[in-house]
Amino acid sequence: MTNGDPSVVVRDLVKKFGDFVAVDHINLEAQRGEIFGFLGPNGAGKSTTIRMLCGLLHPTSGWATVAGIDVAREPDKVRERIGYMSQKFSLYNDLRVIENLRFFAGMYEVPASVLPERIRWALAMAGLAGRESSLTATLATGWKQRLALGCAVLHRPPILFLDEPTSGVDPISRRQFWELIHEMAGEGVTVFVTTHYMDEAEYCNRLVLIYRGQIVASGSPAELKQRAMKGELLLVECEPLGRALEILEGAPGVLDAAVFGNALHVVAPQAGRADSTLRPYLNERGIRVTRVEAIRPSLEDVFVSLTTMRGAPPAAPGVPQDEPAPEERPS
Amino acid sequence: METNMAIRASALTKRFPGVIAVDRLSFEVRAGEIFGLVGPDGAGKSTTLRMLAGVLTPDSGSAEVAGFDVGRDPEGAKRSISYMPQRFGLYEDLTVDENIRFYADLFGVRRAQREQRAQRLLAAAGLAEFRSRLAGKLSGGMKQKLGLVCALIHTPKVILLDEPTNGVDPVSRRDFWAILYSLLAEGVAILISTSYLDEAERCQRVALLHQGRLLFCDTPAELKKRLPGAVVSVVSSDPRALREPLQNAEGISSLVLVGSGVHLVVDDAARRIPELRARLAAAGVSFDAIEQVAPAIEDLFVAAVQSGAAGKES
Repeated sequence: MTNGDPSVVVRDLVKKFGDFVAVDHINLEAQRGEIFGFLGPNGAGKSTTIRMLCGLLHPTSGWATVAGIDVAREPDKVRERIGYMSQKFSLYNDLRVIENLRFFAGMYEVPASVLPERIRWALAMAGLAGRESSLTATLATGWKQRLALGCAVLHRPPILFLDEPTSGVDPISRRQFWELIHEMAGEGVTVFVTTHYMDEAEYCNRLVLIYRGQIVASGSPAELKQRAMKGELLLVECEPLGRALEILEGAPGVLDAAVFGNALHVVAPQAGRADSTLRPYLNERGIRVTRVEAIRPSLEDVFVSLTTMRGAPPAAPGVPQDEPAPEERPS
Repeated sequence: METNMAIRASALTKRFPGVIAVDRLSFEVRAGEIFGLVGPDGAGKSTTLRMLAGVLTPDSGSAEVAGFDVGRDPEGAKRSISYMPQRFGLYEDLTVDENIRFYADLFGVRRAQREQRAQRLLAAAGLAEFRSRLAGKLSGGMKQKLGLVCALIHTPKVILLDEPTNGVDPVSRRDFWAILYSLLAEGVAILISTSYLDEAERCQRVALLHQGRLLFCDTPAELKKRLPGAVVSVVSSDPRALREPLQNAEGISSLVLVGSGVHLVVDDAARRIPELRARLAAAGVSFDAIEQVAPAIEDLFVAAVQSGAAGKES
């Protein structure tokens, strides 16, 4: 997976808006060909970091290089070397497929000499060869999405930023999309993905979880599920659920509890011990327990565990206009 | 209608020019149940909710909500419903408290009840500290939660929520679900739509929709049992290297490259795992683990669509 020099290097990166520290000394390195996932609650500092890496926002301190270029000193050069695609697929719906490609080729200043070949390549990749003159608005979502990807990479950027690229897309189109991304990564493109959706995060080779401006965990999806959880996860089938949830929220030895369908997910420091204490604890309080079983955490369990169980500092007093208010939580 | 049946959709159908948005959809939701309408964009979720809320007239079929026929007595139905559309109308230049007061007035909630209910909902939503903040100054997740608080400030029999967790981070999403489950004790029926197939796991029963049609309707656990075959996960730090030796192996119906390896759908895990192991060894490709894992709702969805249970992308 890792070949050659890292294509993105971030060192002690800080961004402050007034007194509010949106990004607080972040360090990371992404290798060529790596699919790098950026997770975090709303307002955690994800989009601020990405905007600095795209040369759209000047860091307060620290530095970052993208494809060897310093984002603070040469932001224009950085923008030439990146592709960007969001869930909104900024395509022009009232333009034809070919017109959208030409428009983005012009934006990214693709030289005329290579333009026909690049457009052919993008059409083939998106599966839209023969549909050049279709109105973009008439394409099914999955195709629109691949067209948007084609538009974002017409200039062959070594680094691609994707913002929740497959939210709401049907699973088959989504899998096709990620196949394309894995192919591009195989050719050496570094892919940065920001997302709230754990099923998108599963497609990344490495994940970084940002919370309150800092990196709180990193690793492959498999590694995070194995070791990042504070405690172990139990599936508890019981009746009535709502009452059981209330009881468990204050129960000794329970770090967290949440309802999933007809059961609860309970986080406890040690699953083995919790099993023997939970049952009597619930039974004594009128809850009928039918099953307690240790289960493997999902990425979402890990995410929630890491972002809710850290002591929450007091809420930021003033939040600037261009940064969404942080998801403050009472501690 | 059975007394505990809160929603009954019978062959609901809605056409828009060039597309059948909802195609003879039937399902029932009981009082005290959280039921999910789950499917990608364009599956017909919002159209269904709008018909149930009485804001869109079906072309054919019928719906009963809280004992009222939505077609014949839409006003009766509306009084029993709280409907939260995708864009819930919050007033950005009003505070959190003022928005709640506005909706409480609109729904005719008595003053004595509203404060108690507001306090409970705001605490569950993690918004208790922000009552005097302007709604426009809240983050996306907080706005969604405030929308839910406003929609639930009265005590309806049926709650219809259209993709309430869209764009909401997992932590806020969890608060959301905790609020919903806490309302079940009041005997309400909750119908929630989502395009996240993994969110289906949080519902008690789900209807899986694709292009206006019902694929399956069951509990999440039962749905997973319907997957023909089993899911095998192979973990490796170099997922791409796994594809070549595995993709044409016998008994595999699908191979998906994920970040930490590949997911395979196989006909018989016990038989295929040793074979797959041998293939990887023969190809000299190393891996960290190979094992059977629980299928996701997405696996079932893909299998159902690929087997021709539903139409193809146009």
